Amino acid sequence: MNTTAETPTANTGAMSAADLSSHTDLGGTVGTVTVDNPRMRCSKVDVFYGDKQAIKSVSLDIGNNEVISMIGPSGCGKSTFLRCLNRMNDTIPSARVSGSILLDGHEILDKSIDVVPLRAQVGMVFQKPNPFPKSIYENVAYGPRIHGITNSKAELDELIESSLIKAGLWKEVKDRLGEPGTGLSGGQQQRLCIARTIAVSPEVILMDEPCSALDPIATAVIEELIDELRENYAIAIVTHSMQQAARVSQRTAYFHLGDLVEVGETDQIFTNPRHKLTEDYITGRFG
Amino acid sequence: MNSPVVPPPTGDASGRRVIDHVNASLKRRHAAERRFRALGMAAVTLGLLFVAVLFIDIVAKGYTAFEQTYIQLPIAFDAEVIDPDGSRNAETLADADYMALIDNALMAEFPEVTERSDQFALSAIVSVGAPYQLQRMVLADPGLIGKTESVWLLADDLVDMFAKGRVDRRLPEDHRQLDDRTLGWLDALAAKGQLEKRFNTGFFTNGDSREPELAGIAGALAGSFYTLVLTLVFSFPIGVGAALYLQEFAPKNRWTDLIEVNINNLAAVPSIVFGLLGLAVFIGVFGVPRSTPLIGALVMTLMTLPTIIIASRAALTSVPPSIREAALGVGASPLQAQFHHVLPLAMPGMLTGAILGMARALGETAPLLMIGMIAFIVDVPHGFTDPSTVLPVQIYLWADSPERAFVERTSAAIMVLLAFLMLMNLTAVLLRRRFERRW
Repeated sequence: MNTTAETPTANTGAMSAADLSSHTDLGGTVGTVTVDNPRMRCSKVDVFYGDKQAIKSVSLDIGNNEVISMIGPSGCGKSTFLRCLNRMNDTIPSARVSGSILLDGHEILDKSIDVVPLRAQVGMVFQKPNPFPKSIYENVAYGPRIHGITNSKAELDELIESSLIKAGLWKEVKDRLGEPGTGLSGGQQQRLCIARTIAVSPEVILMDEPCSALDPIATAVIEELIDELRENYAIAIVTHSMQQAARVSQRTAYFHLGDLVEVGETDQIFTNPRHKLTEDYITGRFG
Repeated sequence: MNSPVVPPPTGDASGRRVIDHVNASLKRRHAAERRFRALGMAAVTLGLLFVAVLFIDIVAKGYTAFEQTYIQLPIAFDAEVIDPDGSRNAETLADADYMALIDNALMAEFPEVTERSDQFALSAIVSVGAPYQLQRMVLADPGLIGKTESVWLLADDLVDMFAKGRVDRRLPEDHRQLDDRTLGWLDALAAKGQLEKRFNTGFFTNGDSREPELAGIAGALAGSFYTLVLTLVFSFPIGVGAALYLQEFAPKNRWTDLIEVNINNLAAVPSIVFGLLGLAVFIGVFGVPRSTPLIGALVMTLMTLPTIIIASRAALTSVPPSIREAALGVGASPLQAQFHHVLPLAMPGMLTGAILGMARALGETAPLLMIGMIAFIVDVPHGFTDPSTVLPVQIYLWADSPERAFVERTSAAIMVLLAFLMLMNLTAVLLRRRFERRW
């Protein structure tokens, strides 16, 4: 599925045996960071919070119709990296982002880029379900309304129905669209948030630990949903659960202290990690 | 030091177990707790006691002001006195000597009073406002002329005080404001059922007056109403806008920190300073008419702005950031995220702050003294630029008046003011309860 072409960054010294076992010098990323036909291409992305560097020269592609999961111990920068992809870090005054992130070949880190259309193209689902304290209908309708996607009430109704169907929530809520979204269960709320995100037809969906606040059954439903959404979207998911990464993703990226340590096919990462740190992490030696 | 016998883990050298130490200190700890509770109870009780004393005192002094004494007299609407020409001209009717009608009725009631000075004293038992009562009746219905009608006339404030038991008969005559002959006439009227206390509608419909029996709070209430409306219109949008900008949009740097510190300090500035500022800037530089609700509202706006800004910022902070992220995540612009989601959620808190700010403005006196709202104004204001006073200033003015009858009116006005303040605070509490959210 993915090519094995290395980016220059990944090539420079990253593959030497010395680096593979080194804990301190992580000169680059092990594995293939690029894909053939990327939706998003990040190169040498650095993020600083004030003086503290949270992300160190990370390069990674997000491919079409794939789920890429990002794993790593807490504070490794995986969420920070995810939030770069729709410039959510802009809301943090001390955050500085440098490098290059291309969405369909267009630079998005440029200050002159308007984040409104970017966030319509790159949707986000957050860790804690955060429906608006409004009705279920209004929750999904908000995005299409502000972007003026639909022309009539009927069109909007249709879009809301199809979004809720795609999010696997339609059957449960179709008779109570007027009820507040905050009255749903945690798992339903998270699917409502997914429906709200896909209602604006994004190209990429970012998910920041979408199941961490949910019970195993709701988690299973969401994971199934992620697998279905892959047909139409590129999905980047941050997760603390390695099982989840193994179940839902095609590629996995392992982050450690701001470095992207290793990227590869999910199967390969979990069965045959090439970097010592990755191996330690997935075998549960730390993290 | 390893002894072969391991001591019990909870013991010490003297063989006392830890639990013995705990038990020994328990009594002392409980005693300390009881002392603290007792002190707290004492403080609360003392506070409640003072509030109770204050309320009882005000109500005891003021409740009588809601009643007013009237004297019933058969008034002969003599055509000779009112309208000698028979023209029924409105101007003639308005200018007629209605006091003469009252005097005639009083003479008829007490034919034994013949001395000139006694007659003067007799006619003083009705209010100087009583002739206007007759004037209004005649102007409303000229058909009264020539008839004799039994009319309840407003009594003088001293008579009112007598009827309410506030004149002590046992005092020697020259220590009383009502002499023995007047008391005799009043007793005679009371015996015939011609002296009666009725609900004092004038207190709520009249403006201020030098005569206590004619003085009412309508002017002050209207002034307070116009001032508060304008204050709300000025301060709420500015306060909420400033809070929203400072909290959500402004860059966090030394300047915004300075502004924040200054806003917090402004909330603690003595209110009279705002009055001086209003006098110097609004009246002195911009020429806003003094003594009007407009200038009052401008000064009150300066005074309540810090309160509203601080409350609004607190309300904005209490909206969880996940709501902002959710809105931004679907591509809302920052302004849309604020106005569509954050502001509606923060609104109850902001309104609560605004109502509390308004309550403070309603009770404020000092700054208004500086901008001329202490003037003696008889007319009820009908607009934002009519000269007016406000309720607390009215209370201040009456408290300063020497007439005995103003004491009860002062207390009654305080009761009205307190009622409004409680109503506003209650609204704020209910609003907070009603819209309180759990996230």
